[in-house]
Amino acid sequence: MEAVARKPGTVTPAGGVKRGPLTFWERVYVVEAARGVWITTVHFFRNMGYHFLHLVGLAKGRQAAVTVQYPEERRYLPPRSRTRHRIVRRDDGSPRCVGCMMCETICPARCIYIVAEEDPDPNIEKRPKRFDIDLGMCVFCGFCVEACPEDAIRMDTQMVDLAAYSRRGMILTLDQLLAGEPAGPVESINALGERVHG
Amino acid sequence: MPKLTIDGREVEVAPGTTLIEAARRLAIHIPHYCYHRGLSIAGNCRMCLVEVEGVPKMMIACHTQAADGMVVHTDNDKCREYRAAILEFILVNHPLDCPVCDQAGECKLQNYYMEHGTAGSRVDEDKVKKRAKAKQIGPNIMLDSERCILCSRCVRFTDEITHTHELGITERADHSEITLAPGAWLDNRYAGCVVDLCPVGALTDRDFRFKCRVWYLTAVDSICTGCARGCNITIHVNRDRPHKAGGTRVMRYKPRENPAVNQWWMCDAGRYSYKQIDHERVDSAAVDGRPVAVEQALDASAAALKRAAAAVAVLCATTATNEELFLARALFAGALGGHAAYLAPPQGEQDDLLLLADQSPNTRGAQEILGTEVRDPVGWVKAHGVKAVVVVGEADLTGLKAEVDHLTVIATHPGKAAAQAHVLLPGSVHAEVEGTFTNHAGRVQRLRVAVPPIRGAVETWRLLLELAGRLGHPFDFAFEDDIFAALASQLAPFAGLSHDNLGRRGALLGSGAPQPTEVV
Ligand code: SF4
Ligand code: SF4
Ligand code: SF4
Ligand code: SF4
Ligand code: FES
Repeated sequence: MEAVARKPGTVTPAGGVKRGPLTFWERVYVVEAARGVWITTVHFFRNMGYHFLHLVGLAKGRQAAVTVQYPEERRYLPPRSRTRHRIVRRDDGSPRCVGCMMCETICPARCIYIVAEEDPDPNIEKRPKRFDIDLGMCVFCGFCVEACPEDAIRMDTQMVDLAAYSRRGMILTLDQLLAGEPAGPVESINALGERVHG
Repeated sequence: MPKLTIDGREVEVAPGTTLIEAARRLAIHIPHYCYHRGLSIAGNCRMCLVEVEGVPKMMIACHTQAADGMVVHTDNDKCREYRAAILEFILVNHPLDCPVCDQAGECKLQNYYMEHGTAGSRVDEDKVKKRAKAKQIGPNIMLDSERCILCSRCVRFTDEITHTHELGITERADHSEITLAPGAWLDNRYAGCVVDLCPVGALTDRDFRFKCRVWYLTAVDSICTGCARGCNITIHVNRDRPHKAGGTRVMRYKPRENPAVNQWWMCDAGRYSYKQIDHERVDSAAVDGRPVAVEQALDASAAALKRAAAAVAVLCATTATNEELFLARALFAGALGGHAAYLAPPQGEQDDLLLLADQSPNTRGAQEILGTEVRDPVGWVKAHGVKAVVVVGEADLTGLKAEVDHLTVIATHPGKAAAQAHVLLPGSVHAEVEGTFTNHAGRVQRLRVAVPPIRGAVETWRLLLELAGRLGHPFDFAFEDDIFAALASQLAPFAGLSHDNLGRRGALLGSGAPQPTEVV
């Protein structure tokens, strides 16, 4: 196998990798193809072997493959991952959103639709009558969360399975947004910073 | 004539001119809240402080008169420092509820703060809470005393312009607030103007409240159609976010300054007349009450008009633009050899500020272009032996259908005229076309396209052009300004005028060219 070892690539100033020219054996192709089949076969039998051992209760400490067994198993998502939105409630259960339309304005995908109305309490004054987010168009940039002056919209539900059977089904309404829950106890940015950076 | 220097530039002004006005002549903007050119000088906000060399204290530019040899600085470090301090002071008790405030985006407090403000407030005390938060003080007006900066513009407006004195300032110092006079209700005909005048979000318009954000709006110059005054306005259109206000395209009218017509004001009847633009429009052509394509309706109308030969007439409502009136005249009185006249405009209330009894925007235009006023359409049709009539606009045509063989109506709204029509064509309103109106004083003023014709409708002038083509008299007009050019070349009072040279202030009939516009 010595003859097919590739020359290492060189890193370009822009950070890309520039490959060296193909060797004779690489250009012959058949040898490289056979090597690929060999590698795949080795992985296959290794993983199958471990899966079999797991079935009979052995070698639990060794992982069989990098594949995550979704949906039974879920990958760890960092707490600040941007996931499905939710609207935060006040203590009395009403939406904290005041319909200021900052999120709607900033949204680069133009996928937030707000209609505001008068709140009966003059000290709150304004509230959303309709608040839809079209997840079919959302690019999960998180600008809406950044823009909100009331901390009323968050993307901390850790929900990433957002499939629907129709385009319309991708539109979240105010009720659905209010039903969202944070994945874990809500951590303040400062506490998070302390935990991560010590 | 005093000659003074402002920011290193010399300017000569009439005696008695204030510094803020002298600076305006040089296009130098001095920040201000309480000063308004349409109102008396109050000098209470102190935002306009400028430095005058040789005077130890800062002077308010809105009330200091220009004197010969004065050297004024409006933008040096000292001015900026004072402005920042004044803003900090004004903001001491301000609630900063911009997220729920309708003024955000067109707020002088926000704008000046971004331009001149300091970073944070140094006041640790609790803010003084005023009594009124979101309180209704008139049929269309909400007051939020906490946002009020007590500039007194609204009070001066009700004292000096409408003379209705509904508003006053009560209490002392930081408890001062705008209050309704005992038993009063802010319901005068021009009450909406206080919302325009209020530099902050203390006075908001109940009709506009929360419908939209002002930065979503596009402003287009136009003319109010409420009466023959022809107040200059801007139409504020929501073009990109149709989920607002149930898909309504036009969100509001705002008055636009024109010293020769409406100064800075407009009446509430006109202000809220924007609603008819999107409300219950005729959105389909019809023949004998059956909806058909516009082309078919035009064919049917043209066939009937052909049968009547020269026994045809057009009757235009005085809501039609000069261009539409001219086309109607050129086709019916000119090419077809029939008759063209206008319908007597409806009359309403009148007052001594702006509102005129004649409720049409273009009666004067119709007088100039069509000449004949018709009060009794049935009698007029009989007298002229007319067999087929085209009516442009709304009118009471009771009995007309029985008198003629054919009646085509170009209508914008279902009404008395549309109900009578053999052939109904869906036309355009003023916000949907380029064109001109001539106001009661003979001032020709431009309309700009704010929105395209509502779904299903066609520009009225296009319908007339199509009709002309089908009747074998095609006109060579591509756009509205071509029609106006023909109008100006054929009718002496309009001579010399064109869409381009009317400008933003319009021009008087017979003036040949527009008056030079004032610097704003
Ligand atoms: S995450 Fe970005 S794209 Fe999605 S709704 Fe928020 S602002 Fe819009
Ligand atoms: S920015 Fe926040 S408060 Fe404003 S409309 Fe969006 S969610 Fe509501
Ligand atoms: S008045 Fe101006 S500064 Fe005050 S809350 Fe309204 S927008 Fe903000
Ligand atoms: S309500 Fe508005 S216009 Fe009236 S005094 Fe207060 S800030 Fe000025
Ligand atoms: S503008 Fe001069 S004091 Fe208010």
